[in-house]
Amino acid sequence: MALEIVAGCVNCWACVALCPHQAILEAQPHFLIDSDRCTECIDAHATPQCAAICPIEGVIIDELGTPLNPLGSLSPAARDG
Amino acid sequence: MPTPTPPNTAAKASGCASGRCGSSASQIDELDASVAQRVQDHPCYSEEAHKYFARMHVAVAPACNIQCNYCNRKYDCSNESRPGVVSEVLTAAQAVKKTLAVAAAIPQMSVLGIAGPGDALANPERTFATFAELSQRAPDLKLCLSTNGLMLPQYVDQIAAYHVDHVTITINCIDPDIGAQIYPWIFWKHRRITGREAAEVLIAQQQQGLEMLVARGILVKVNSVMIPGINDQHLKEVSRIVRAKGAFLHNVMPLISDPAHGTHFGLIGQRGPTPQELKTLQDECAGDMNMMRHCQQCRADAVGMLGEDRGAEFTLEKVEAMQIDEHAAMGRRLALRAAIHAELAEKRAARHAASAQVIELPRPAATLGRPVRMAVASSTGAVIDTHFGHAKHFHIFEVSAEEIRALGTCAAAQYCGGEADCGEADNTLARTLTALSDCEVMLCARIGIEPWGKLEAAGIRPDGAHAMEPVASALREAWKTMLDNGQLSVAPASQRRA
Ligand code: SF4
Ligand code: SF4
Ligand code: SF4
Repeated sequence: MALEIVAGCVNCWACVALCPHQAILEAQPHFLIDSDRCTECIDAHATPQCAAICPIEGVIIDELGTPLNPLGSLSPAARDG
Repeated sequence: MPTPTPPNTAAKASGCASGRCGSSASQIDELDASVAQRVQDHPCYSEEAHKYFARMHVAVAPACNIQCNYCNRKYDCSNESRPGVVSEVLTAAQAVKKTLAVAAAIPQMSVLGIAGPGDALANPERTFATFAELSQRAPDLKLCLSTNGLMLPQYVDQIAAYHVDHVTITINCIDPDIGAQIYPWIFWKHRRITGREAAEVLIAQQQQGLEMLVARGILVKVNSVMIPGINDQHLKEVSRIVRAKGAFLHNVMPLISDPAHGTHFGLIGQRGPTPQELKTLQDECAGDMNMMRHCQQCRADAVGMLGEDRGAEFTLEKVEAMQIDEHAAMGRRLALRAAIHAELAEKRAARHAASAQVIELPRPAATLGRPVRMAVASSTGAVIDTHFGHAKHFHIFEVSAEEIRALGTCAAAQYCGGEADCGEADNTLARTLTALSDCEVMLCARIGIEPWGKLEAAGIRPDGAHAMEPVASALREAWKTMLDNGQLSVAPASQRRA
């Protein structure tokens, strides 16, 4: 059970310090999640912390490949009204 | 408006054309006295001082905890940097090493800031580890930080503990409905919150943080990004409120919006203000507050004199290889700073000469204590700005509990007035002492060790503690000190000697 960071990550560091298990690694071309360490935060928080702060849609996905922040979910227009 | 730097061309100069950057001299004179004192030689805020001092930012704070619609998080924080810039992120240890290296090579270096590339307080460990180490190893450096304000209340105590000199908060609104158009979301208490709720929390945190900093006596500058049609009219209200809460400076910056930067505002075609719109708003806010027209946004890792970027000299590799005598370097900085401050003080005194001195009547509170005659070395009689040895005349006052009476001036024999031959010094000093013989105190900006001794021997106490202070308050304080020391119930020293 682990999340994954995929291409599109802009290496902004926001997720790194928040991870309760130090599972996020600085890497090129983009940061990575160590799947042995990641618990999807179920033991620590109500929601995966990396995905709760990541500013980029679609770059953190679960084991099924579903993005935790799907397209449109973070753009201001999505919440107008 | 500065031309945006294309992504990844990091080595452009971050120049501010001097004269446009910072504050003009007269603006500073109008600031509240205690703030003015701290700002007057500040390399970031004083137009006069920034030509002499250098400051740098270290990029130790990469993460950010909010999203601004004018920011593309691929790049450095748009509040602090021109769009499209990417800084190399440093660890706290690397940042300390780099700072010490720069401060050893450039003795003008006097301010170290943390402003990104994300938010200083979204990276508290890295930010405060850097401050902690530097406050030990280079305690003479002023520390500053910039923040979006979200985490400010939580860290005010630490900010105060490291004696951070000034904090910049970017405040774009105080109305959450406007905020919702600027900030799509924030990260708050382990969750992402959005829309109006997010803006409400952010605004409350910013305002609380501002109040807490002011309460602790930390200088607060507020930056705002002017976004036409969204917060342009609203910023006048923001200016009024932050001023009322004690921010010493409100700086309105233009939205820089270019689709190429990939920001939300850039992509939807939100325009930035025209230079005229910006100026009009700045003028309107200035009527409300001491607002210094600030320079172009400085790069978050800028090094060197304001307007002169020397980053390439201090790459990580070069810094690692440097051997630095930290102690000697600090000595050089302190010596240089003292010289610069003296020079600036002289210039200020010259400006003060224009305004006539009004000697206020002190409150007739204390009734004890005899009057004391004091001499003041001052070019104009308004501010204690003159070196004892350079004074051409002294202003003589009689100070008592009830009043400060000006008794006129007394021409001084200049004991070291630039005569080629200083062999006359002893004689001239003796003549001066005779002229001052009925004074008990000599207030001057500075005085040499030798004349100090001779004045004391003549029963005149030299006092350099009030350098650059207004004459009236210095006289009153000097008199008060004598009263508190029990010196005013007895006859003056000269009469005792007689
Ligand atoms: S889901 Fe939680 S544990 Fe996994 S990488 Fe993200 S923050 Fe770390
Ligand atoms: S927060 Fe998202 S974009 Fe930023 S480093 Fe982590 S995964 Fe990449
Ligand atoms: S605070 Fe700075 S880094 Fe964070 S989103 Fe706003 S402009 Fe970007």
